[in-house]
Amino acid sequence: MTDSHHLATCNDALLIVLRHPPHGSSWLREGIDVALVTAAFGREVELLFQGDGVFALLENQTTGALGQKGTHPQLMMLEMYDIERLWVSRTALTERGLTTDDLMLPVSVLDSDEIAALHAAHASSLIF
Amino acid sequence: MLSYALLVHAAPYSTQGSLSALRFAEAVVARGHAVKTVFFYRDGVHNASTLMAPPQDEVHLGERWRRLHATSQTELLVCVAAGLRRGLVNQAEAKRHDLAMHSVEPPFELTGLGQLVDAMLTHDRLITFAP
Repeated sequence: MTDSHHLATCNDALLIVLRHPPHGSSWLREGIDVALVTAAFGREVELLFQGDGVFALLENQTTGALGQKGTHPQLMMLEMYDIERLWVSRTALTERGLTTDDLMLPVSVLDSDEIAALHAAHASSLIF
Repeated sequence: MLSYALLVHAAPYSTQGSLSALRFAEAVVARGHAVKTVFFYRDGVHNASTLMAPPQDEVHLGERWRRLHATSQTELLVCVAAGLRRGLVNQAEAKRHDLAMHSVEPPFELTGLGQLVDAMLTHDRLITFAP
């Protein structure tokens, strides 16, 4: 089954769009919290990393100097919650000089028209 | 008739999001639809502060939410985890955490994120109001 086929058929899942980096605000943390709780309630969840949200997936993160907990431990829990469909914007990666080799989890990379199709295929989405 | 739920991320007064959510809710009701649930998350939890005291010539967001609850039976749900971090606690939570006072009172209710999942599943539409 190709990704594009899946885009068109999987519309019961909640799509959560993450657009913020791990540090500097709580957008990412509180977005992932919603993803984990939704999955814990038995609903299928997919994540789309866009803009600075792709930094969430960078390998070798630590909690850093800002006194924030960091979000990578949350991301390592995704599989346990059966959140396995992770989408990443190709534009966001390219703009930041990143490739999928820099990321800590396996992802599917989408072009902008595929992102539009992803949104069209999901009845509900939450943007963080 | 459609049943709506609103998700409010916006802090009161700092940005337009909270008042937009309120005006949207009032418009939905005026058109004969229902707003059954408003869920406050992130900085939106500050909408639930019982200590809010804006100048008299400004909109009182807390009062407007309470009026929406009184006239439309809208449940006003506040994420407990987001609230606790930001000092939005009801009497029970204040006692549990040994805090000297509380800042959230009915009709605002502290609940878990599970209620947001529930709202998404049970209403026809969920609309987000972010900063």
